[in-house]
Amino acid sequence: MAKPTAQHRDARLEEVMTGTTVFNVPFPADLSTLKGMSPLVIRFPYSVEYVHSYGQDSPFFAGLANRKLLGTRCAPCRYTYATPRLHCPACGRETDWTELPQEGRVHTFTTCYYGSEEFLKETPFHLILVEFDGVDTLLLARLIGVAGPEEIRIDMKVRAKFRRNSQLKTTDVYFVPT
Amino acid sequence: MVSGGVSKFVKARPDATFQKMVKEAFDYALGDVPRLKTDRIDGSVGSYFSDHFTRQLMAGIMATDYLGLCPKPNKRVEGGGATGGLCFQTAWESVASGRMNCCVAFGFETMSRVQTWKGNEFIALASDVNFDYPVGGFYSGYYAMMVNRHIHEFGTTLEQMAMVSVKNHGNACFNPYAQKRKRITIQDVRNAEMVAYPLTLLDICVMSDGAAVCILADEETAFQLTDKPVRITGVGTGTDMMRMADRPRGKVILAPNEKESDYRNLTYPGVHSFRAGRSAALQAYRMGGIKDPLREIDFVELHDAYTSSEIQTYEDLALCRYGEGGRFIEEGHPFLPRIDYGMKLKKKGTIPVNPSGGLIACGHPVGATGLMQAVFAFWQIQGTIRRHFGSGELQLQKAERGLIHSHAGTGTYVTVSILERGW
Repeated sequence: MAKPTAQHRDARLEEVMTGTTVFNVPFPADLSTLKGMSPLVIRFPYSVEYVHSYGQDSPFFAGLANRKLLGTRCAPCRYTYATPRLHCPACGRETDWTELPQEGRVHTFTTCYYGSEEFLKETPFHLILVEFDGVDTLLLARLIGVAGPEEIRIDMKVRAKFRRNSQLKTTDVYFVPT
Repeated sequence: MVSGGVSKFVKARPDATFQKMVKEAFDYALGDVPRLKTDRIDGSVGSYFSDHFTRQLMAGIMATDYLGLCPKPNKRVEGGGATGGLCFQTAWESVASGRMNCCVAFGFETMSRVQTWKGNEFIALASDVNFDYPVGGFYSGYYAMMVNRHIHEFGTTLEQMAMVSVKNHGNACFNPYAQKRKRITIQDVRNAEMVAYPLTLLDICVMSDGAAVCILADEETAFQLTDKPVRITGVGTGTDMMRMADRPRGKVILAPNEKESDYRNLTYPGVHSFRAGRSAALQAYRMGGIKDPLREIDFVELHDAYTSSEIQTYEDLALCRYGEGGRFIEEGHPFLPRIDYGMKLKKKGTIPVNPSGGLIACGHPVGATGLMQAVFAFWQIQGTIRRHFGSGELQLQKAERGLIHSHAGTGTYVTVSILERGW
């Protein structure tokens, strides 16, 4: 049998957030021993529903629902934002909505084998920053249709696809290799 | 700076609330300057990153009242991962402005109260919730994307990244405040579980519970309290666009030891470099009169949340040129001269980086981290590592001037402060 490595020795079960319900705890007669007591740990659920407004970014999401990828353009600065912003940080003026190309290239990428709790069930998933011809900034999106990082290359061509049933989220657009 | 203290960073402190952890660090710091009585403290600044982790609004005042510092001034400072560094600089401002003669900076985080993946979700909320978070919010994923571009631009290797992990875990073997103290190899790092390609479990720091305290004073007060105060001679704070996707692709902001022809074909910062880090460093260097950081600074404690970001930060701090960070570690420059890492290094110890073991080995309870770096740097400069660590392996022979660096988001807030021997 192979000798255990650091990786073997460090293996451990993941902590879970479930526990036993306790209705009573032991208590000493002598109060001076209380400082040696083990800490009491209780479960404390916390959930909240927001009414989240996309505000001035709303047209981007309406665009996705209509299979359009929208960015914004500052004409005086000749600068196009792939991830939209209604005001140009360089000159302070309001930008105009513009349609982006639906084909681009991978600027950089990763494959996530773990993730935040909300996305853990979707792992492994692939994140890319997409660059478009004639556009000055990038767009963060998912890449699908590849098995792993070995199938993704920087500068690889990708094409936008849209969910038919819009969720009104930025993930309504995703990319596949062309 | 006249004193500091750290409540050891660990995976979980169920035995203590955040107030108690801050109190431990505060009492340690007070114990180190017996001449300081609390009535001489004019006020405090508190830092913690996330209301979600703490699940307690106005936690800053709860720590302040626990320390007995009411009704004196206090406020909370927050800026993601750089929260601790910002807190340190705010305490410095309080003294430098003349508002206070003596100010306490305290920071803490209690991250064990949620499960690791929920914690990653809280951290990922520090990315644009309209455009970035819903795509798969995960900071390790963001840093993985940044280093993949760094690899593409500069040819940085996974082995060079792993060397950062070997160094920082190795240094930590001699730091009782570190929680991951082990001799590892490049192969161990690469064989560890993949988290976000190419970052493995050993490329990434861990969430922790912990607290740290720094006590700052004006020069006159400082010399009344200690014979060995440390002078803060430079501060810089940089920022950048929250969304990585928005980072411009322009020209490098040149350090005093660089010229435009060094970077003919490089667009900057893109997603491979941290403009905020470069901006913070240049402000601090200008204020501290530093022209050639590699030669004029003796050691660095920097924000190695990822091995990759340590390499990127060598470049931002102009310890080497942009693109040379990988080679910088491969040649051995940021290793400690007297420690055996089990590998051959050509130019070992030019400028030790993270002699404490950094975030990778000590952990990253966000609001405390930047202050912990200040405490370790303070002890290095005082020459008191042996007393505080119980052994002197990590005490650098020349430690007159150190740099501390605290970093948030995907390089969104960065602080750089220069600490020097003040006596």
